[in-house]
Amino acid sequence: MLDNSSYSFVLVGVGGQGTLLASNILTEVGLAAGFDAKKSEVHGMAQRGGSVLSHVRWDRERVHSPLVGVGEADVLLSFEKMEAIRFAELVRKGGTAVVNDMAVVPITVSSGKGIYPGDEHLPRLFGELGAKLLMVPGEKLALESGTIKAANVVLLGAVSRLLPLEEALWWQCLSQRIPAKFLDINQKAFALGRAAAAETVAG
Amino acid sequence: MRRILSGNEAIARGAWEAGVHLGAAYPGTPSTEILEELSRFPKVYCEWSTNEKVALDVAAGAAYAGYRALATMKHVGLNVAADSFFYASFTGAEAGLVVVSADDPAMHSSQNEQDNRRFAQFARVPCLDPSDSQECKDFTILGFELSERFDSPILLRTTTRINHSATPVELGERAEVAPKHVKFPRNPEKYVMVPGHARKRHPIVEQRTLDVAAWAETASINRIEWRDRKVGIITAGVAYQYAREVFPTASVLKLGMVFPTPAQLIRTFADGVERLVVMEELDPVLEEQVRLLGLACEGKSIFPICGELDPTLVRRVGAAAGLPVDHAPVEIPAIDKPELPARPPVLCAGCPHRAVFQLLSKKRVPVAGDIGCYSLGLLPPLAAIHTTGCMGAGIGVAHGAARAGIGERMVAVIGDSTFYHSGMAALANVAYNRSNVLTIILDNRTTAMTGHQPNPGTGVTLEQQPSDVIDIEPLVRSLGIKHAMTVDGYDVEGIEKAYIELMSHNEPAVLIARRPCVLLPEIRKQWVPLYVIADKCTGCGICFRIGCPAILKSTEMASGTQKPKALIDPSLCTGCEVCSQVCPFDAIPNRDQVRLAEEESHQSCSEPASERS
Repeated sequence: MLDNSSYSFVLVGVGGQGTLLASNILTEVGLAAGFDAKKSEVHGMAQRGGSVLSHVRWDRERVHSPLVGVGEADVLLSFEKMEAIRFAELVRKGGTAVVNDMAVVPITVSSGKGIYPGDEHLPRLFGELGAKLLMVPGEKLALESGTIKAANVVLLGAVSRLLPLEEALWWQCLSQRIPAKFLDINQKAFALGRAAAAETVAG
Repeated sequence: MRRILSGNEAIARGAWEAGVHLGAAYPGTPSTEILEELSRFPKVYCEWSTNEKVALDVAAGAAYAGYRALATMKHVGLNVAADSFFYASFTGAEAGLVVVSADDPAMHSSQNEQDNRRFAQFARVPCLDPSDSQECKDFTILGFELSERFDSPILLRTTTRINHSATPVELGERAEVAPKHVKFPRNPEKYVMVPGHARKRHPIVEQRTLDVAAWAETASINRIEWRDRKVGIITAGVAYQYAREVFPTASVLKLGMVFPTPAQLIRTFADGVERLVVMEELDPVLEEQVRLLGLACEGKSIFPICGELDPTLVRRVGAAAGLPVDHAPVEIPAIDKPELPARPPVLCAGCPHRAVFQLLSKKRVPVAGDIGCYSLGLLPPLAAIHTTGCMGAGIGVAHGAARAGIGERMVAVIGDSTFYHSGMAALANVAYNRSNVLTIILDNRTTAMTGHQPNPGTGVTLEQQPSDVIDIEPLVRSLGIKHAMTVDGYDVEGIEKAYIELMSHNEPAVLIARRPCVLLPEIRKQWVPLYVIADKCTGCGICFRIGCPAILKSTEMASGTQKPKALIDPSLCTGCEVCSQVCPFDAIPNRDQVRLAEEESHQSCSEPASERS
């Protein structure tokens, strides 16, 4: 488990996957835990099916740059497998790539112009970078919790296991962002994600 | 109370706390959320104006009348509003007038890169440049105070990384500012800019700039942070954050106001350091000011003019220039990445613009495009757009090519919101000057690209009040367009028929392809995913050519052609039926057929199927 005075996160995925909600919650968790926190993301054209990228930084004293430098992310949280490869260099040596076991096939592949990379690249690339790889079946666990839409909360649950913060703190921030009627489902999703990370971290 | 706010939310909060009475804007990334957020507060009138110039005039009118007013826009919006920006600088106002320009370095969602601090210099409008959300809020409030104190509009210039980053902000209460007047001021020497009056205003404006510069010498938003004196960095905006991150030991002159600049403060700082560096995104605006003072400095010799700064880039070029970096640039091991397919933004599955582009692609006509989601009609396989410049440009470009005598028939495409923004005048020009341009108005009943803002065609305002709809077909007819037709954006055959009919006249013509954006919440509820009947698919590939992200190549090969059959991703398909219409082999059932088949399968489970003819 990481225990630092500052943390840098990069969240990557495809427009529409719920990365924005996840980065909001991650920022609020940092603040609730007593860190200074900043978040940066880009909206607009990319949301029409393009790659999306959010940066979140926490620091016990003060965060200056809202952007994480290349090779400086403690956690790269990827909502999609190919995007994890695209942005792999952002994770630091000794950091962790949390990768959702989900492929969103881009039109360049479905139209036959490109080839979607095989899963074997993930352990190899993060190995070469000296980073740990944690695969999470986000959609599968989200379905188990009650709705496939909770995959982003499953992934946050997995990330939470990597950090030395009280679980209650995460839940406090989540519950402020999630409508009351979906709380049960999301609580379950978060717990499943956390448990999935625990298995891998232990193993 | 402290909350995490984006720069845009913080600007809205600041305007509200400053007692703003009116906000006007045209949507544009990265500025859009400011007005959306402000409209959620009580006691403020907010509107989507038809374009940025109108928004600035609306805000100026409110400020003339004595009400604090805010106009917001993206950087290129200020190009549209430039005329108004200049007169407002000459007139000043009765109450605070703050103009927000959200610049977009790196062009995340823009057609060009420009540094609007230049506009502040150009129009002699004081310019504030916040470096985080707290400053976005504070500088907005300060902007209203300065605007009233110096009788000038204030430009609050932000960049994408400020607008779309979120940082903690201390919230305050609203300070109610009573309007100054009961009646509109009658002061022609100040507000009627005929030459005789304007000549008297110009020296006032120049003196005002000197007065603001004098204020800026001691203002707390311009501050020297003395640290090690070997290197001193003059910086502003988000670049300040990168300077603090990457050069933590360097002394910094942090400018909150970037026009006019405080000459004496800059000299003091320059005298106190051995090596003077100016670190700023885009143009060397501050660097030029420093050089005009006769001071030697470095700036664009180290940091690039193009694109955004970021800590990795700043560390790399800073280390190369011998600046005191926090640590050496991180060495990334050479990794052997597979070649990754690009993930370009695409016209969504079910986009109502697709059928028009499918036709234009088939007809191989030259198409002058415009700004909106439909810019994506440029991408293969549709590849049906040949120019895109700025809002409203396409119709004029097509007219110019036609009038110059090009041998091909020119087509212009423009969205509904862009048409209301700046297409109407261009279409009037086509009608008046009689070119044979076919203008296609892609009417998806919303301003889609920026996130579904209402417009004059939607019958509702930003404040969710009902409004009259400006109906496009009668409008274009009243401009003098005799040949105008409205068709369903999903009707492949209907669009082609109308196109052929309109092209048969050697005169100005307008085709309105109307169908609401498939991502509108009420439309999402109507999605019905279609499927491919594999037995009927011959692998002819015609459906692949409409460029729909929901149509995939199957691993199953067609026996005749030995080409992959089509497959529809049910999680993406909305049931627009464009593929179903272009399929020559009836391999993709339409919505009615899908529903019928579903009913039949339900019935066959419970009871014998009833007879059907």
